[in-house]
Amino acid sequence: MNSIFSGTRLRDMIRSIRACKTAAEERGVVRKECADIRASINENDPHDRHRNLAKLMFIHMLGYPTHFGQMECLKLIASPGFPEKRIGYLGLMLLLDERQEVLMLVTNSLKQDLNHTNQYVVGLALCALGNICSAEMARDLAPEVERLIQFRDPNIRKKAALCSTRIVRKVPDLAENFINAASSLLKEKHHGVLITGVQLCYELCTINDEALEYFRKKCTEGLIKTLRDITNSAYQPEYDVAGITDPFLHIRLLKLLRVLGHGDADASDLMTDILAQVATKTESNKNAGNAVLYECVETIMAIEDTSSLRVLAINILGRFLSNRDNNIRYVALNMLMKAIAFDDQAVQRHRVTILECVKDPDASIRKRALELVSLLVNENNVKQLTKELIDYLEISDEDFKEDLSAKICSIVEKFSPEKIWYIDQMLKVLSEAGKLVKDDVWHALIVVISNASELHGYTVRALYKAVLTYSEQETLVRVAIWCIGEYGDLLVNNVGMLGIEDPITVTESDAVDVVEDAITRHNSDMTTKAMALVALLKLSSRFPSISERIKDIIVKQKGSLLLEMQQRAIEFNSIVDRHKNIRSSLVERMPVLDEATFNVRRAGSLPASVSTMAKPSVSIPNGVAAAPLVDLLDLGSDDIMAAPSSSGADFLQDLLGVDLGSSSAQSGASPGPKAGADLLMDILSIGTPSPAQNNTSSVDLLSTAGINNNPSNALDTLSSPAPPHIATSASAGGMFDLLDGLSPSPSKEATNGPAYPPIVAYESSTLKIEFTFSKPSGNPQETNVQATFINLSPDTFTDFIFQAAVPKFLQLHLDPASSNTLPASGNITQNLRVTNSQHGKKSLVMRMRIGYKLNGKDVLEEGQINNFPRGL
Amino acid sequence: RSEKRTQKALEGKMGIRFILMVNKQGQTRLAQYYEWLTLEQRRALEGEIVRKCLARNDQQCSFVEHRNYKIVYRRYASLFFMVGVDDDENELAILEFIHLLVETMDKHFGNVCELDIMFHLEKAHFMLEEMVMNGCIVETSKANILSPIQLMDKAH
Repeated sequence: MNSIFSGTRLRDMIRSIRACKTAAEERGVVRKECADIRASINENDPHDRHRNLAKLMFIHMLGYPTHFGQMECLKLIASPGFPEKRIGYLGLMLLLDERQEVLMLVTNSLKQDLNHTNQYVVGLALCALGNICSAEMARDLAPEVERLIQFRDPNIRKKAALCSTRIVRKVPDLAENFINAASSLLKEKHHGVLITGVQLCYELCTINDEALEYFRKKCTEGLIKTLRDITNSAYQPEYDVAGITDPFLHIRLLKLLRVLGHGDADASDLMTDILAQVATKTESNKNAGNAVLYECVETIMAIEDTSSLRVLAINILGRFLSNRDNNIRYVALNMLMKAIAFDDQAVQRHRVTILECVKDPDASIRKRALELVSLLVNENNVKQLTKELIDYLEISDEDFKEDLSAKICSIVEKFSPEKIWYIDQMLKVLSEAGKLVKDDVWHALIVVISNASELHGYTVRALYKAVLTYSEQETLVRVAIWCIGEYGDLLVNNVGMLGIEDPITVTESDAVDVVEDAITRHNSDMTTKAMALVALLKLSSRFPSISERIKDIIVKQKGSLLLEMQQRAIEFNSIVDRHKNIRSSLVERMPVLDEATFNVRRAGSLPASVSTMAKPSVSIPNGVAAAPLVDLLDLGSDDIMAAPSSSGADFLQDLLGVDLGSSSAQSGASPGPKAGADLLMDILSIGTPSPAQNNTSSVDLLSTAGINNNPSNALDTLSSPAPPHIATSASAGGMFDLLDGLSPSPSKEATNGPAYPPIVAYESSTLKIEFTFSKPSGNPQETNVQATFINLSPDTFTDFIFQAAVPKFLQLHLDPASSNTLPASGNITQNLRVTNSQHGKKSLVMRMRIGYKLNGKDVLEEGQINNFPRGL
Repeated sequence: RSEKRTQKALEGKMGIRFILMVNKQGQTRLAQYYEWLTLEQRRALEGEIVRKCLARNDQQCSFVEHRNYKIVYRRYASLFFMVGVDDDENELAILEFIHLLVETMDKHFGNVCELDIMFHLEKAHFMLEEMVMNGCIVETSKANILSPIQLMDKAH
């Protein structure tokens, strides 16, 4: 009966597993075996245990769960015989780990075995403890191990030493108990004891400063002597590897000397001679010798300055680098990275060789070399190195392009001497590896382009040319269509030609072709398509002559399967179709993207802004807050089909009027494009230019709605272009009510009189702005500002918009201006409410932008207001 | 400060983190880990490493960087020996260690092959135990490594 249960022999199991043709078959065999082992475990026959565990180890190695065998290990360990114990401990090390509670049960067996009369049993226990012991076990068993370091048999001493390294790593407090025992091991002759003793000392030095000092004082000379002895020792067949006696011990000794010499000039001085000897005398035609040289170089570079030694080290690395053996070249590249820290010039001398390594057929070497090159780059050689790397990018393997292009981008970004060069290099990278670059790279490129106003024309033309050839490079296409959308007019008119450029003839319809191509290509992804759609909207205004064609392309997207695309297509279509008069202001150029904000966000450290973005209601960024408006707007626009068109249109106008007038939507964009822009921004995850600015205006929008509880009143003050319809104002009221819930209740401001002097906030030849201040009682953080805009010119300003932005510690509420028309020599006023969360610590500051139409031409003025009275 | 150093010491500095023996078909024949990984992590790691190493040719160097490991590998006939180490370990020394391991197994099995390891998995592990503990080298003399194993064989 028993023989049936005990199942197959180990060999038979392995054979049947080997015979399996498929993974499924193997699983079947393993399942059956596991079932047999479980059954056998339940039988509890001690004779089967050994074999069961051997099988389980095999099954475990194949990657199947074996937890049900864990208790068997413990039973075997507790059994008296050596073979049982041996397999039990092996199972313990393979199948269990220090995190499992089962392990706690073994502490007692370990303790008994550490005190066993049979030294082989003691060896087993030490080995198991050294591989798996937990902090708790380390505390319990440290005294036994400490004692065993002085055991008579060296095979036990060496194991006890390594067991101690684990113990002190788990419980650093125990380190000092081992210092004396460890230093006594350094005097041994037995290589096993010596190498483990050296490792224990190394471990103690890294976790305990006192130990480091102790070994430095007491053992440095002894270690140097030991190293000298084995370096000069006669041939020892047992330890000889290619003419070197025990290279492993060499290396361990050099490692320990490194720690002792680092940061200590005296100790470093002592070891100079022996290091020089190892560096010059070691045979370098075999791997073992090179391993020792390699370790020696590392030690020379880590200890305190001994420049003659460093010359030796650099020379060895130079020899390594020109070696034909790839392994040696690999470690040379590895070490040169460390060598840069103290001798940049010496490493620079090998630049040509290192660049060749970037082109090596071996991926490991390429990777190392690329890392090294990126450390070698500086202002002087960046152009040359980048050129080399980009030339290689054109012909490199596909799977290396990603790493290579990422490195080139980071080099170019870090060391770019001028913007035009940066843009040129990035275009080359995107043309070659646009599919592979990460989002933040092309986002950064757009930010730079946006800030380089004198290069807009040049860039958009260069991108246009590039995208015709490399249309399969997704991110290149994205940047190109973004630029064509923004600067399409510069493209077709060859505006801002640089001397180095050849003029190109691009018609408006050529430009639209590129965008259409991007939006219709089946493998363009959602981001690209969305960006193309926004670009089309912008182009519809830039290129009025072909706006019908553009409209057709947009209309086609109404059938897009992507909801976002569908919705935006409908919205954009209605803007193109019905709102020609506002379209141009809707699709103005994006304001210059704020590099600083982008860089901070890119570095992933903009928690404040992120959290405000995440908050619902009032502090939602403008685009999101505006989105409901856009949706409302579009509902209205669809309703027009049924409703009398005039009132519907008025309604829309009103809504837009409200929005334009009240929120003074910053950057001259109003909800339509803002949503578009924000869609873009969200996708780009660049974020809008300045979060502070954004928040403010969204708050404005809402607070306006809140303050003007009476809708008709609201509309009156907003001087909307068309007189409000009764029906309209009712529905507009509905909208206000919607928003009302979101807005903070308007606080009645009680002014205390002008405690602060008025200032002239801004003055140009045509416009002057004065601020007067008052503080509402009860809230020192708040300041009411009345802005008076005075027209100094002989002509009337129309479509007057004042926008303001404040840093994050301020909150700004803008009330609507008294009018958006500013007659010659006349004035209008606008109330601002500023809340200073750092009241008493920081003064107010504000940036502002004023837009208006003068004789039909758009005028934009900008400025920063720094002269606020202190203490506001 | 000392706490910080300890933390640093605990993070890496394991020396050898695992030893794998894998055949040409990519099947694991021996796996010894000196740090804890779950079964799933092991399977994934072994799969990735084996795919990477087996794709390389003889002219390429013996080092592959993978995740935060450096894998030093060497092929002997149909068997790959792969050792995962920390970044600051001496790669050439590990290569030498692999050779020592193979020589030791050769000495015991007489020209070791895949089947020797499969059918004597425990014995292969016992040899490793005598050579490496807790990721550090214990013994470099083949005679010293093998003597306890041969002693036990005799006792049986």
